[in-house]
This record gives sequence, C-alpha cells and structure tokens, in this order.
Amino acid sequence: MRLILAGGRVVDPSQNVDREADLLIENGSIVNIVNVGEADGGAERIDVRGLCVTPGLIDIHVHLREPGFEYKEDIESGTRAAAAGGFTRVCCMPNTNPAIDTAAVVRQILERAEQVGSARVHPIGAATRAMEGDQLTEMAELQAAGAVAISDDAFPLQHADTVRHVMEYCVMLGLPLMTHNEDKRLTEKGAMNEGYTATVMGIPGMPRIAEDIAVARNILLAKLTGCRLHLLHISTAGTVELLRRAKAEGAPVTGEACPHHWTLTDEACNGYHTDAKMNPPLRTQEDIEAIKEGLADGTIDCIVTDHAPHAGYEKEREFEAAPFGILGLETSFPLVYTTLVKPGLLSLSQAIAKMTVNAARVMGFPEGVGTLRAGAAADVAVFDLDKKWTVDRNLVQSKSKNTPFHGMNVEGKASFTVVGGRVIRLTDGAQ
Amino acid sequence: MKHLLSLRETSREDILYLLDTAVAFREILARPVKKVPTLRGRAMVTLFYENSTRTRTSFEMAAKIMSAEAINIAVAQSSVAKGESLKDTLLTVQALKADCIVLRHSASGAAQFAADHLGIPVINAGDGRHEHPTQGLLDMLTIRHHKGDLQGLTVAIVGDILHSRVARSNLWGLTRMGANVRFVGPRTLLPPDADKLPVQIFDDLRAGLEGADVVNVLRLQTERMEKGLLPSLREYSRLFGVSVKSLKAAKPDVLVLHPGPMNRGVEISADVADGAQGVRSAIEEQVTNGVAIRMAALYVLMGAQGAPAPEG
Repeated sequence: MRLILAGGRVVDPSQNVDREADLLIENGSIVNIVNVGEADGGAERIDVRGLCVTPGLIDIHVHLREPGFEYKEDIESGTRAAAAGGFTRVCCMPNTNPAIDTAAVVRQILERAEQVGSARVHPIGAATRAMEGDQLTEMAELQAAGAVAISDDAFPLQHADTVRHVMEYCVMLGLPLMTHNEDKRLTEKGAMNEGYTATVMGIPGMPRIAEDIAVARNILLAKLTGCRLHLLHISTAGTVELLRRAKAEGAPVTGEACPHHWTLTDEACNGYHTDAKMNPPLRTQEDIEAIKEGLADGTIDCIVTDHAPHAGYEKEREFEAAPFGILGLETSFPLVYTTLVKPGLLSLSQAIAKMTVNAARVMGFPEGVGTLRAGAAADVAVFDLDKKWTVDRNLVQSKSKNTPFHGMNVEGKASFTVVGGRVIRLTDGAQ
Repeated sequence: MKHLLSLRETSREDILYLLDTAVAFREILARPVKKVPTLRGRAMVTLFYENSTRTRTSFEMAAKIMSAEAINIAVAQSSVAKGESLKDTLLTVQALKADCIVLRHSASGAAQFAADHLGIPVINAGDGRHEHPTQGLLDMLTIRHHKGDLQGLTVAIVGDILHSRVARSNLWGLTRMGANVRFVGPRTLLPPDADKLPVQIFDDLRAGLEGADVVNVLRLQTERMEKGLLPSLREYSRLFGVSVKSLKAAKPDVLVLHPGPMNRGVEISADVADGAQGVRSAIEEQVTNGVAIRMAALYVLMGAQGAPAPEG
C-alpha cells in the first residue's frame, strides 16, 4: 500500500528540509522525500500542491479527560480535536478519575486510543497516588505499561522532599519529570494573575513569584538528582530567565509554552470571562515578551496546548468558582503561524521543530518520532498556510467549547493528517 | 441605567442623578407617615449569599416605603443548599416575575454574571472584594451633605483595603466626582498594584490622615490575623486605629464615616464612634442615607419610566 503526498512544500526540521517535493509512504512508513514527479508506481496520490507537509505535530501536554470526565472530553473526541489541529501524537496528563496512577489505567487509555483514536496517545503517569502529593506511584509499573513520563500537573507537588524522591525514581527509570510549578500557599484562593486587573476586578491573585519560586526549587533539585526536568506551561518572565540560566549551566532542564501565554494578557479576564481562566493564569505584556524571546532564542524547547476541556455549565459560573483551563488543540498551529511565524519571530521550520522533533526529544521518544526520515512511522500533517479563517467555538471537534479565541481571525489550518499511513480528514463540526 | 453593578462603570451624570434623587427621597424618611405609592405593584427580590442584616434590611425598608413588594430569599434555606447553580437560581427568581434582583455574593463579578444572564435590573449589594455601589453612593451622599461638594475633598480610607469592596466603590465614585482618595493601611492589607490606581497610598496613619477632609474607617475582619496578615488586633489598633488623637492630623472639621458594623476599640475608638470630644461622626446618618440611596436606586431602575416622580 503506497501513498504519495504530491507536490507540497515539505518542511521537516529534523533533517533541515524545506522544499517542494513528493513524500512517499509505504506500509505505514516514510519511504523518502523525492523531487516533485519522481515518485510513482501503483500508488494512491493526494495532490497537496500549495499546501505544507510536515511531520505530524506532537503535543506533550493535553488533558483528554478519560477516564472519569467523559462529559468534558474523551479519547475519541480529544484525538479528533488533535487531528483537526494537525497533531498525530499527544501525551495525556494523569489528572483523570481515577488518576493515571496504576498500570491498569495506563493500559485502559492505550487500548481505548487504539480502538477510537484519531491520533497516537501516550499516557503520563502521576507522581503520587491519587495525585495527593504524598505516596509515590509505582512508576516502574506505569512505565512498563506504557507511561512515557511522570507529572504532577494540576496538583503541583508542594514539598521538596517529595519532589526529590520522585526525581530519584525518574532518574532510575530514565523518565522525564514534568512539573507544574506553583507554590500553592502563595496562590491560595487565587483565580487569575495578581496585579492591577485582579485588584480592580476584586479577584484574589496568583502572583508570578509563586511560579518562579517553584521553578527555582525544582531546577535545584534536578541539578542535585540529575533528573530530566521539564517545566510545564511557562507563564512568567522569571521562569524563562531561570530556565535560560539553568541551561547555560548545563542542567538537564527543558521547558514549554502554550499559545495563550504569549497571545493574551490578564486583561482578557475583564468582564469575568471564565474562558480566559486557566492555571497558570494569563500574565502581563512583559511576560509575553519574555516568552517570545525564550521561544526565539531556544530557551523554550517546545510548544504545547495544555488542552483542558470543560463543560459549558462548568464555565458558566462565578469567575472564582469556574474551573481552570481552555481548549488548545484546534487553535494551536494557527496561533503559532499567525503570531510567531508571520511576524518573523520564528521561521516556519523553527516553529514546526518546537511542535515536532523538539517535543520528541524532551520526552526521550525514539529517533523515528517527529521526523519524516526514511523508515519513520508515516505520521504527517498537511497545512493550508494561506487559509484565513475565524475561530468558532461551535465548529470544534472537541466536546467542549471553552476557548478565549472565539471570533479571532487567524491564518493557517490543518487540511488532514496521516497516522501510520492512515489518512485522517475531518470536516468542520457544523458540516 | 439598566443595572447598578459598580461605580467604576457608572457615569458622573448617573451618580449625580442617584444622589439628587436620594436627597428628594430623604424628605420622605423624615415624614411621620413613611409611605409613597411610587413602586406599587413592583417586586424586589433580595438574594443574599452572605449574611447581612444591615444591607438587606435597608433595601427592604427602601422598597416598602415606596410600596414595592420586598421578598427575601434566604439562600441557606433555598435550593442552593441542594447544589443549584447561581445561574439557575437567578433564572428561577426572574421566572417568579421579580422586577429587580438585589444580589449579594461572596464571588467578585457575581452581579455582572447576573446582569449577563437576566433581562431584569440587577443591583449589586456587594460582590466579593469587587464593589458595593450603594454603600459608595451613601458615603458620597453623607459627605456631600456635610461638605457641600465632593470636588477637591481629600478622603482617607483606612484599614483592610485588600478585601474591601467598600474601598473600591468609594475610590471610583469619589474620584469620578473630583475628590482625592487615599488608601491607608498595613502593607499586608493593601491590594497588589494599588499604586496604579488613582489613589495615594500610605502605610502610616498619621501621614495618611494629614489634612484629610473625610476619614472612612473600614471594618477589620478579625480572621485576618489567623491568615497571617496581622500580628494582633492590639498592635493593629495602635498603628491604624482611628482615635481622637490620630484625627488631630486631619482637618479640624474632619468627618468620620464607618460602613459598620464597628469593632469598637479595634479600627475605631469608642469616642470617635460616638462623636464625643467634638468629633464629627456621621455613622448613624450613613444608615439613614443608605435607605434613601436604595430608594433612589430602586426608583431609577424599576420605576423611573411611567412612575410618578418623587416629590420635593
């Protein structure tokens, strides 16, 4: 079974390719990138002239909500949202119900993804049982079942001794630890960034220093233990600087940023808009500049979404009572393209690298992931870069609609993806 | 005006209209028979998610004097205790054919939320730390009564600014009317980025009261100590308690306000509270003006169209 994606602009940062070419796929694997018209012979051809062909995007930070919160999202709808956004591989966070704290839950997610997934799914194991911050999970068993990393996302570890012990286990198993960095005592009752807007709105604030302090502690512990530390959803200028310094010292630390943290400030919360409420919260223009600088100079390794669906009635509440989190998968590439690539902050190749090969490196995935090299699994994304469109919450693949980007004009949209040679083409939800 | 949600979003003209209307209604409060038919046939529902005898009673009084029905929903006994969402409760009250909802809620933005979901007027009777517009208005009415004009006055607001919706409503209302506002309190009880607000900030009481025309003393919630924001009430009283002695820094004719209920001997000394030793305290007058302001708000939002204008 041969498939040719013919005549597109092939962008593969893993091998410095950016040219018009044919991409040849056979039996679920990449065969080669060849000059336009050179691939032929008994193959299904898809004409992708005028479109952009990249390795399938990888999002190492999503919440698929299954098991336990299927009314918000499930593996079927969440991976459809992923495919609609150009993603072929996602890593799902462990704050499900039950949490991903036993091998059985890992296996359940993998089986379900196998059955209904429109993208590959890798579970991330919880650091502590029920994510309560005390007793360690059986990390070796989580790993054996298929967990690719350990995280405390949504329930950040508060005690340095726990972080240390989790890191020591991660080192032993060769797993990265992905930390949500927040000193909860400093953010108690907080619902948005601490500052002028929160003061005027009367909303208890979450100071930037609460993130910076936790980041500094976790970096110090990573240096002590040798653990590969990955900083989740960087939102402050302070974190960018701490990560830059840690990297300069050779510490085993990486970091990620989400589009909302460089496209919106806390002023988006004005009017008590709960779709602008997430954790870490939207910050200030100064933080936006620092994150963009960190993306441009390579301090921030990869771009993720922290896709966090919530049901309409959960968000339609008092601001302080509404849950944290927004959708991300279907708006990520357009926001990256519109706000980073078009203005010239990142080249298209650099941006794609942060959404493919860099993410794979952070996770320690094998060589054939996040690339269009010969022999790699045929995970491909195809984008129409010229497509101008308006984000519409009513046309998403996700079960939920909680996006602050509703009504925003963006450029660039995924046309279809290929996962292991299988073409996945989704139409807008309304069609 | 469709709602009264915050003074930050209320124009100077609307503030003046409410104050002037309240002056007219204050006449009615002085009469032996306190009843006018202005809002006959209208129904006001008070929906209070926080305890407040004072503000709720003030609204009820205002409604009843103007012949409106005043119905109180005691939230603790209602279906909220069974887990009903705020939105559903609001829609239910509207479906009961209330003409106006008066909402108090511990969440900032709750009144805005109500206004976003309802077609009837909403009066914010206090939402979290955000605003308490009728309190701000009654403070302004009281100040204007004593000082004639708000323009150019210096008003020092003393105490727990961080958690205070009264402070925020005073700030926006007073500055819109041309007064200078000061926030005075310990650093732990001043809001973040307060220096970006149109106020002067003081963490020293004497400096903060220097030359003030009005001192508005905020109630200190005694649980602030347990949260580690204050060492002790005793020390707070020594540093920030408004007393006859500390008032010497202010203008000789300084007017003292307090939204109540007072902690005598903590944020305010007993003699200042009682207006002893020549201190001009308007704390009881504030309560009466509160009824007049709430009459004005109900009149403007529920009855200004088609209802007889207030006399006087």
